[in-house]
Amino acid sequence: MSNWDWQVFCKDTIDGEIVARCFGGPGDLTYLDWLLSAWGWTLSVSLLALLVALAFGSLMGILRTAPNRGLVLLGNAWTELFRNIPLLVQIFLWYHVVPALLPPLRGVPSFILVVLGLGLFTSARISEQVKAGIQSLPRGQRMAGLALGFTLPQTYRHVILPMAFRIVIPPLTSESMNIVKNSAVAFAVSISELTLFALQAQEETARGIEIYLAVTALYFVSAFAINRVLHFVEQRVRVPGMIGGGQ
Amino acid sequence: MNLDFAFLTPQILSSYVLKGFVFSLQLTLVAMLGGIALGTVLALMRLSNRPWLVLPAAAYVNTMRSIPLVMVILWFFLLIPLIIGRPLGAEMSAVITFTLFEAAYYSEIMRAGIQSIPRGQVAAGYALGMTYGQTMGLVVLPQAFRNMLPVLLTQTIILFQDTSLVYAIGAYDLLKGFEVAGKNFNRPVETYLVAAVLYFAISFSLSMLVRKLQQRIAIVR
Repeated sequence: MSNWDWQVFCKDTIDGEIVARCFGGPGDLTYLDWLLSAWGWTLSVSLLALLVALAFGSLMGILRTAPNRGLVLLGNAWTELFRNIPLLVQIFLWYHVVPALLPPLRGVPSFILVVLGLGLFTSARISEQVKAGIQSLPRGQRMAGLALGFTLPQTYRHVILPMAFRIVIPPLTSESMNIVKNSAVAFAVSISELTLFALQAQEETARGIEIYLAVTALYFVSAFAINRVLHFVEQRVRVPGMIGGGQ
Repeated sequence: MNLDFAFLTPQILSSYVLKGFVFSLQLTLVAMLGGIALGTVLALMRLSNRPWLVLPAAAYVNTMRSIPLVMVILWFFLLIPLIIGRPLGAEMSAVITFTLFEAAYYSEIMRAGIQSIPRGQVAAGYALGMTYGQTMGLVVLPQAFRNMLPVLLTQTIILFQDTSLVYAIGAYDLLKGFEVAGKNFNRPVETYLVAAVLYFAISFSLSMLVRKLQQRIAIVR
């Protein structure tokens, strides 16, 4: 193995010359510029997919606890469908198959398709956790809500969900970190995120180890940052006297 | 757009897809067996009371678990030739990568399994004059495996799905087989659909089996 060459990040992506301040100007990018923009794409894909996953995952998780067999079946089918197909295959389905079968989706940018693919894939896992969180509450809470004259949606809104969501924050934290890691598959449909940067910059510069180390470090930092944010949320919303709260 | 699956004849499937399917299954099987073996060693290291065993094992597991699998595949594909001094095919590289990567995940499962065995059993083993190896091999690990069997199998289903990620280094797996067939016959939509259905059928039926197994184990215990 040869010596380190961290100057590779200061090189211009077109002529390979080392740029003095490591940052290029407009239309003249260094590998450092490219790395940072790739990090931005990774974060955007991850965070938007997380929103999609939280929305659909919560909805399906709630449906799976509803006192209605049709809704339970819908939630179960959703979860099994998105859980049992590999993420990469799902991404290809969104990219190659969905626009071909649904003409209105033909012009949609691949960024949106990847966000949907990653988001719905993760929604299946989140729906499992939300369902488990709701079912971990004593049945009496639902009964008490209904007995007080709440409708079923009101019972969910004011009694069950506030507790259930607090319970599922720890598993949601690890799922949010997984989203950052899983966003790496976006390279397969040419989203210019960290993994695609790693593949292409490694090929162009032949400094694979430095490039991969930087990319790996950024993945690590991103996942850790999400972990800290959700840990902070978990602390803030704690209910004294409940699960780990009120210390 | 009209879907036309007629070109996917048995001959086409066996010449394009079968090779990849066999590789995906081999990769899953080798990585499962190797990963569980290595994972058990890592779990025992982490549960020992010697820091020089605990720290490297913990560092290994946590590092593997915090890097995206695609990056791990790329890392090994880059590093293995540098270490052994000659290029190694994408398939062989994938087998090594998945075994070492899955070991980290299996080790967490085995650690939980070993910790689920009451401490008294270890003490009882020692009290009967058994060595550490005998206590682990004859008393603790058989029960830990049994308790963790459903979780180990669920992880294996995830492993099977993850084998599709060897796409990153161009290894010829199940997904690649369908992709090549789709490109050659200019029918990518159909081949991706069939690939998805096949992956779903395999993963779903396996997870149903695991669920059955879980119920049986739960009743016997």
